[in-house]
Amino acid sequence: MLQYLIRRLLIAIPSLLGISVVLFTVLALAPGDPFEELATNPAIPPEVRANLRASLGLDDPIHQRYFAWLFAMLRGEWGYSFVSRIPVDDLILQRLPTTVVVIGASQILALAIALPVGVLAAARPYSLFDQLANLFAFVGFSLPTFFTGLLFILLFSITLDWLPFVYRTNIEATGWRWWWEHIRQAIMPVMVLGLFQGASWTRFVRSAVLDVIRLDHVTTARAKGLPERRIITRHVVRNALIPVVTLVALQMPIVFGGAIVTEQIFRVPGIGSLLISAILANDTPVIMAVTFVFACLVVFFNLLADILYGFLDPRISYR
Amino acid sequence: MTEDQLRELIGRVKRGSLTRRGFVRRLAAFGFTAPMATQLLAISGAAPAAAQAVPPYRPTRRGGGGALKILYWQAATLLNPHFAVGTTNQEAARVFYEPLAGWTSEGTLFPILAAEIPSIENGGLSPDGRSVTWKLKRNVRWHDGTPFSADDVIFNWEYSRHPAVGATTSGSYRDVNVVKVDDFTVRVEFERPTPFWADAFVASTGMIIPKHQFQNFVGAHARDAPANLRPVGTGPYRFVSFAPGDLLRGEINPHYHRENRPFFDTIEVKGGGDAVSAARAVLQTGDFDYAWNLQVEDEILQRLEAAGRGRVNIVEGGNVEFVQLNATDPNIEVDGERSHISTQHPAFRDPAVREAMALLIDRAALERFIYGRGGPATSNFLNNPPRFRSPNTRWEFNIARANEILDRAGWVRGRDGVRVKDGVRLRFVFQTSVNAPRQRTQAIYKQAAMRAGIDLELKSIAASVFFSSDVANPDTFTKFYADMQMYTTTMPQADPQRFMNQFVSWEIASRANSWQGRNVVRWRNAEYDAAYRAAESELDPIKRAALFIRMNDLIVGSHHVIPLVRRPLVSASLNNLRPVLSAWDNTHWLLADWYRET
Repeated sequence: MLQYLIRRLLIAIPSLLGISVVLFTVLALAPGDPFEELATNPAIPPEVRANLRASLGLDDPIHQRYFAWLFAMLRGEWGYSFVSRIPVDDLILQRLPTTVVVIGASQILALAIALPVGVLAAARPYSLFDQLANLFAFVGFSLPTFFTGLLFILLFSITLDWLPFVYRTNIEATGWRWWWEHIRQAIMPVMVLGLFQGASWTRFVRSAVLDVIRLDHVTTARAKGLPERRIITRHVVRNALIPVVTLVALQMPIVFGGAIVTEQIFRVPGIGSLLISAILANDTPVIMAVTFVFACLVVFFNLLADILYGFLDPRISYR
Repeated sequence: MTEDQLRELIGRVKRGSLTRRGFVRRLAAFGFTAPMATQLLAISGAAPAAAQAVPPYRPTRRGGGGALKILYWQAATLLNPHFAVGTTNQEAARVFYEPLAGWTSEGTLFPILAAEIPSIENGGLSPDGRSVTWKLKRNVRWHDGTPFSADDVIFNWEYSRHPAVGATTSGSYRDVNVVKVDDFTVRVEFERPTPFWADAFVASTGMIIPKHQFQNFVGAHARDAPANLRPVGTGPYRFVSFAPGDLLRGEINPHYHRENRPFFDTIEVKGGGDAVSAARAVLQTGDFDYAWNLQVEDEILQRLEAAGRGRVNIVEGGNVEFVQLNATDPNIEVDGERSHISTQHPAFRDPAVREAMALLIDRAALERFIYGRGGPATSNFLNNPPRFRSPNTRWEFNIARANEILDRAGWVRGRDGVRVKDGVRLRFVFQTSVNAPRQRTQAIYKQAAMRAGIDLELKSIAASVFFSSDVANPDTFTKFYADMQMYTTTMPQADPQRFMNQFVSWEIASRANSWQGRNVVRWRNAEYDAAYRAAESELDPIKRAALFIRMNDLIVGSHHVIPLVRRPLVSASLNNLRPVLSAWDNTHWLLADWYRET
């Protein structure tokens, strides 16, 4: 087991290096620079722009810039944002709590919908409930989040005037009011993301449960006269959850990465909106840091999923 | 009307034998607009400069106004005005920092940290135009209690021009010399007579940062200064918190140096999202008090305004959307460089083709169907302040006349309907940035040109590429590897000197200057160059205005530049908010005077 872990971690190093090279090269080859707005402003002489480019090292050759970045990263220096002129890790840490809360809540909501609905639908396949669940699941994951987001805003903010559509991090109230305001403004983004994710997971849970429910040990349990409730929780769901757990574990990096479109629509100051504004401003250090951390998390959760898998299913062994 | 007659009239106003109103009426008879006439009076010292330009401030005590919530669809990323890339950052810094003076919406100066606006009458301006002396207010304190003095002003000059600091404001400071006269007087000295003296320490590039907070961070470690993200300024609001790219908060400065100001107790500037939903948050739901720079189709704004909660503010400035016809040939490579200045455009070297192109764009349709209130049609490149607006240009949309001109010049239609002459076909690549109104304008232009036997090939480039300074990219607007292009050029100051250098021969963009030259259309004209040189050192404001009007007429008359629409600043505010706006300065330039009517 330990040997397996060490081997996997060692394999991760070259793949992460590879990812960083690809990311860096693509970003370096991408056109544009962070000084777009300076270019059309007559008050700023061109030499100033040239100086700025030089001071940020934008004129050095790609490989030189890559190694500079890599060695700094190894020392734990994430670099400075071109547009904010502050360390990138500060920027990311500022955004992290909001992202984790909003995206985390939406993932929990998705699970809370997908598990019961998927299991119940599979327990009575082709019943009315199953048909309805299927219909809504299809509708749910066919509608893109930017569309449902706008729809929600039009309905709940503009027509009904119930919920705010601008997410604010500084709620002045205290105590219960503070919680209430935070929940109120998080409802729409969490719903949009949660319903979308929940819809696709419902389909997955349903098919996983259907696979298990036909197996012999379930029939045996039924023959023993066990109550249906117990059969489902003990004998079916537990086994069906093995692939679901893997799937959910692989989704976890998303919690860090944020949801670019939804964050933009609701002005949620999360990692996703940081990434998109950095991309639009060609702020390479920020893009590099966010995408690279994301890559590390994907590699890490892959490993975690593999280990969890063996934990849940003792038939799988590590060599 | 000749210059002498004009001078005599102004003299009579000064002596009191002619009323100001009478002066304006007389000038109107000669085709001068009323704003132009009043400005002539203002610049020649016969009218109180900025008295009428700032609306009255009604509150009678400081504070008590609650929260002011402002929404930007771009978010500020830093708070040091000397590092501000773009207006959003300048706006954020302007909440806390102030310059010596700001520009009003009429293009006149308004004192903020200065005790008065320098003029020849008060001895602030030297008659030879080589220096300007600023007297500073004496009762000003930084937010931390330290007194503000001339040392702070001098420090900003040293800080900005230091090459290792990498300040975006350095253009305003590197060519001047600043001397401390006493603790509350500084003198800015110029190498040559400089008619436009209000650049250093004025408006968006002139915000003053405190010496005692930044003096240990002059040089390459400038970005380590903690005050870059925790500003200590002199402004109406004190810093509370800042999350880059998201939210900026401030609270009332109880010791602000202007009495009864500010009105609001707290201020919040939220960033991010998109322009349409920002307009919605003010006009439709009233969640915010003010939304900045709404580049939204006017039709949508009108629909949102119908909710009755807020209104749209339109402030005239100098920004103009225009088309350039390349003077050089983008298809021939000389020394590895296309659009090289030694070449001539095969079609556009014929004035008839350029004139026809100018007749083929329907500006009235652009105004009516695309830009609305956000883009009035114009025939001038230099539109504002009114004293610089040429009365000599006209625009016309006339396909028949364009056809006639081309026929007369010998351009005959080929079998496919496209005109040809000596093997040169009138088929042009027309590029611009990706932006819905621009693509619609391109389409309108293409349709009209087609009817005159000119084929336009439309090309649109992502804005982050088109407007970048990336030397390696062939699609930037300064490389201009196309026959025609269209974009908006901004005029950040009320003086046109920096604005009009876009057509002088020494600014032509080329490989030698890494395509950083400002003359992108690559047009050369000896008379224009001479007029520009003369305006650079002409101290008489009336003669100088005449020179700029002449320059405008030259470039517009060449038809290498076809102005389309003016782009005033469009913003939204709640009905009861009274913002003080100006197109010549930041939105927050006089934030202390904003208040809410009850």
